[in-house]
Amino acid sequence: MGAGHGHVLYRESDSPVHRLPPEVKIVAMVVFTVAVVATPREAFWAFGAYALLVAAVAALARVGPRWLLSRALIELPFVLFAVALPFLGAGERVDVLGLRLSEDGLHGAWNILAKGTLGVLASLLLAATTTTRDLIVGLDRLRCPQVLTQIATFMLRYLDVLVGEARRMRVARISRGDDPRFLWQLRGFAAGIGALFLRAFERGERVYLAMLSRGYTGRMPAVWQGEGAASAGQWLVAATVPVVAASIAATAVVLT
Amino acid sequence: METLAMHISNGIINGPVAAVFAALALAALTFCVLRGRRDLDDRLAPMAGLVAAFIFAVQMLNFPIFTAGVSGHLLGGALAAMLVGPWVGALCVAVVLIVQALIFGDGGVAMLGLNITNMALLGTAAAYLLIALLLRVLPRTPAGLAVTAFVAAMVSVVVASQGFVAQYWLGGTTDLGGNLAGLAGTMAGVHLLIGIGEGLITATTVLTVAKVRPDLVYALRSLRTPTTPAVPVAGGVR
Repeated sequence: MGAGHGHVLYRESDSPVHRLPPEVKIVAMVVFTVAVVATPREAFWAFGAYALLVAAVAALARVGPRWLLSRALIELPFVLFAVALPFLGAGERVDVLGLRLSEDGLHGAWNILAKGTLGVLASLLLAATTTTRDLIVGLDRLRCPQVLTQIATFMLRYLDVLVGEARRMRVARISRGDDPRFLWQLRGFAAGIGALFLRAFERGERVYLAMLSRGYTGRMPAVWQGEGAASAGQWLVAATVPVVAASIAATAVVLT
Repeated sequence: METLAMHISNGIINGPVAAVFAALALAALTFCVLRGRRDLDDRLAPMAGLVAAFIFAVQMLNFPIFTAGVSGHLLGGALAAMLVGPWVGALCVAVVLIVQALIFGDGGVAMLGLNITNMALLGTAAAYLLIALLLRVLPRTPAGLAVTAFVAAMVSVVVASQGFVAQYWLGGTTDLGGNLAGLAGTMAGVHLLIGIGEGLITATTVLTVAKVRPDLVYALRSLRTPTTPAVPVAGGVR
């Protein structure tokens, strides 16, 4: 149980972006995403500028384009929705390669594709440079209610407990002669899901009580110790990205 | 792991509608925080965390429906309402969504308000109303509890999916014309199927927990007679 600091998407490194306090990265990422969404979809150049901005931050964070693009594939299902739009959409039709497509639908597809991809890339950059522990510390410093950060802390902690319990139960089933293949694994899993929940709860309760007895009061020590909170300079450095994004969005709104 | 059906991505719904729903979700979550703080004691805190982790894991199961370009997944709102109550339950689902949006890119950050409204608020509220009603009407047997959990889970999934349809009607970025009814139908049909799966998972989980540790099921608290002594939790002292 030594893990729990990183997560699947975290990229261990020591870049300037990694060193920034988490709260400024969260704010920068949210403001950037809002600016992207607020941009009119006809301003094609603006999305190119956003992509350049993302590429610049990725280079600073030493996150390779291959890693970024392959992880961005999680948005694939909704890309399918975007592809369906030109056929489903109403209104004026245009001929593209011999297909009669809805113009509004084409714009909509582009809209979803561009804004969705940029949003996914931005959150991937945050994930690649911030550990889950830092993320919660950052949320706490942004005055996120303690109930929420507490639930989030336990959720991330218990994910490992849950996965570990599920693995132990699977080993137990197999060692008692169960030989599941392919989909039939689901049957054994489904039958044991209630037991899995209880076992994970009782293990998690022990973890919680152990934390309480070591002085846990509902907040991460890093927060109330006040160490590593963002300085004014760090806020300024991180503000460059959202400020550039916001000015691009403002220009795009004025021009269209 | 991206899902359109439940986790709305950036750019699917327009900005103003997203902003309105963000304000709505923020107000509702503030209320939940105030009420939930009262509920969250030494026993509920780890439970809330586990419920959130369970929902997080369960939402990874995705069912894409390629014909309509949408997909759906299990929600967990009913499970949360059953085990930790409506206030903390809504917070659990909201936390799952926030973490997914921030570090997994699942659902757009700018669309968080819409996603939270559908899944955390609508789903959990529908489930809890049904639970409160059915637990009074149905016999207090394990079967009654199982039916309650099943129905609440199934209905909450369909309600949440219709929340998306309503939002698309208000501010979808592409005018679907007459196809909106089709979208509503597809979403309802697909989520009815998902709801059955969700209902089965919720019912088995709640039933097992209720059998072994009835003290952990929030929905049963108000119904328990005061003469039953609560099961003491080992070392639950601060």
